[in-house]
Amino acid sequence: MAHAQQQSFWSRYVFSTDHKIIGLQYLFTGMFMGLVGSFLAYVFRMQLAFPGEPVPLFGVVTPLHYNALVTNHGAIMIFWVAMPILIAGLGNYLIPLMIGCDDMVFPRLNRLSYQIFFLSTVVILVSLFVPGGGFGGAWTAYPPLSASAQYNHTPWGAPLWLIAVALEFVAFLLGGINFVTTVMNARAPGMGPMQIPIFVWMVVIASIVFMASVGPLVAGAIMLLFDQLLGTHFYDPKAGGDPILWQHLFWFFGHPEVYVVLLPALGIVAEVITVFSRKKLFAYKTILYTAFATGIISFFVWAHHQFVAGIDPRMAHLFTITTLIISVPIAEMTFAFIATLYGGSIELRTPMLWALAFIAEFLVGGVTGIFLGANATDIYLHDSYFVVAHFHYTFFPIAIIAGFAALTYWFPKMFGRHMNETLGKIHFWGTIIPFNFIFLPLFVLGAAGEHRRIYSYEHFSQLFTPGLQNLRVLATVALVVMLLFQFVFLYNFIRSLFAGEKAEENPWKANTLEWLAPSPPPHGNFAEMPTVYRGPYEYSVPGRPLDYWPQHLPN
Amino acid sequence: MLSWLVPQASTSARDIDWLFTLILVTVGFWFVVAQAALFTLIFRFRRRPDVAAAYISGERKEEKRWISRPHALVIVCDIVLIAGALLTWKAVKQDLPPADERVRIIAQQWAWVFVHPGPDGKLDTDDDVRTVNDLRVKIDTTYHFELTSRDVVHSFSVPAFRLKQDAVPGRIVTGWFRPTRLGTYDIQCAEICGIGHALMPARLTVETPAEQAAWYASRSAQGG
Repeated sequence: MAHAQQQSFWSRYVFSTDHKIIGLQYLFTGMFMGLVGSFLAYVFRMQLAFPGEPVPLFGVVTPLHYNALVTNHGAIMIFWVAMPILIAGLGNYLIPLMIGCDDMVFPRLNRLSYQIFFLSTVVILVSLFVPGGGFGGAWTAYPPLSASAQYNHTPWGAPLWLIAVALEFVAFLLGGINFVTTVMNARAPGMGPMQIPIFVWMVVIASIVFMASVGPLVAGAIMLLFDQLLGTHFYDPKAGGDPILWQHLFWFFGHPEVYVVLLPALGIVAEVITVFSRKKLFAYKTILYTAFATGIISFFVWAHHQFVAGIDPRMAHLFTITTLIISVPIAEMTFAFIATLYGGSIELRTPMLWALAFIAEFLVGGVTGIFLGANATDIYLHDSYFVVAHFHYTFFPIAIIAGFAALTYWFPKMFGRHMNETLGKIHFWGTIIPFNFIFLPLFVLGAAGEHRRIYSYEHFSQLFTPGLQNLRVLATVALVVMLLFQFVFLYNFIRSLFAGEKAEENPWKANTLEWLAPSPPPHGNFAEMPTVYRGPYEYSVPGRPLDYWPQHLPN
Repeated sequence: MLSWLVPQASTSARDIDWLFTLILVTVGFWFVVAQAALFTLIFRFRRRPDVAAAYISGERKEEKRWISRPHALVIVCDIVLIAGALLTWKAVKQDLPPADERVRIIAQQWAWVFVHPGPDGKLDTDDDVRTVNDLRVKIDTTYHFELTSRDVVHSFSVPAFRLKQDAVPGRIVTGWFRPTRLGTYDIQCAEICGIGHALMPARLTVETPAEQAAWYASRSAQGG
């Protein structure tokens, strides 16, 4: 410990190799980018509700602005918010603590991972302010639009965007190697595969899925960069290239990516609902196997994004079958989570509210996915607001709801203090209620035929009706209300960092190993390295005086 | 259900709306059951003083059936929905019924060019009629369309027909539709195609054969 105290501010907080500092760096960068991504959403929603009016804090939104806003909102929220918070931030912070070791097995690789990620963050932010503005070809970046400035009118924005995304992939590849290796090799003595907390398993499965799916897209991204900058023609049909090739490479990664962020979110929910219902996780092995099944099937669903892209119509049958089949393991996992509550002693603290809200809201996203996985209905709903509403009912629970569940649950461990419970509940309801008023109207708009990425519907007589415009205004007003409530969280978070009630080591009376370490854990984590004697969810075991039984206590 | 929100103006629209309703009923059932179970359990098992939680592993067979039986039922529902989706897709997208007439659709930044077959009903003859952002078709007539793009990927979308097909440069994609309801409907570009993406609103008019003949005649009288 003496060594840690001698370190300067720079070596301790900026160039640290400690997994907790790196985790917090990812977490804070992700939260900051969440503010950026939210601001972009605020601007384009204002334009849709009040077309042509100057947007406060921004000004008049041109079509060029609008395309850059939606493109970078999508890319930032997935690559710079969901990924760094759920996987890199929480994964780095929690994996060594939860498996009972002192650090990641490759600490310097870990530091390099964050440095590359930081660089990618700078590049994506810079790309918004270069001549021509930020890239506006959607986060899917389909060529030929993305491949040529002649078509997209962003000669600087497009290549910078692509470089930022490629750097981000490199950062997460390094992180993924670290997570998988650490969990394979550095678990505390006695922690067999079935004693690993579900959250850790989920990050490992997600990392494997990420590493196995991102390769083709990195290759594809380099080819696209060559098309943009060197004049190659990989995706240019005029010279024998094929634009559909990019769509396959993109979605071969793009759909597994959904499960890459979903699985850690489900892991967070598993940790929180067991602690706050004092229940053993229902069917641990089933949950684990359904997660494996989901990871594997996720590699065979990608072309459901391309039903109307001009692929052979017979191929669509195959991808409809795989896409609907992936609902089976996810549904079973959801059933297991709900069954966990049976017979519990449920305490609705803030983290538990978020975890339960995840299940309730994710159900909406899950069932609406069936309309889009079914090839025939997708003909109509593809690229409509129905899709937008659907994936926000998956990604918002994943990145935001599960993210808040994790932040409020592990805050006492990370910072040694409690967050304010009343403010936490105000923030919860102030987020959840407006969230539904943003995205339920979008289902109706999508079902009415409203297509995506349109800066103004004034030219479409079937869409520019007073009834539909009222729904757009409702969604925008709800968004503004929800964003305002985030200041409650920021206030609570920052105030609690310095003035929150002191937290003991195990304030929630949980079983997993991170609660054995001091709050906050010092460099090296544990005073004495733990040994594991049982699984992570032994709550309310009959015949014991206490309703929890930590993993490290001998029998 | 969809026809409450948007007119149903082609044979495909009828087929797709039927599938939409089937899915809505099926997933709606699961949604209600799952939410009811979730909220019932939260309410029923909220913390009470002196009531301890139960110890249930969920690994024993009689416990596991609480998730394995719904699991089996989900599989049954999936099979029904897959069958519905595949049959509908085969009818509207895969099978190509014989054409009465053909039209050519060319997308570009940022307009739609339509080539009508003219009075003789055949493409690539002298009486073809080219229009920009104005497509006119006859009711109860099966059309094949040849769709392509001059520059980037666009998507030809007619919500009232439940028709959507990407226009890909370098490829000619053939599809079909059969209008069943007179009227004028929106045509959209559904794939982002640059700064004019919102400025590709074309109109599609479904008219009677007599109206179409009159329109062709007025075009040739103007020398067009």
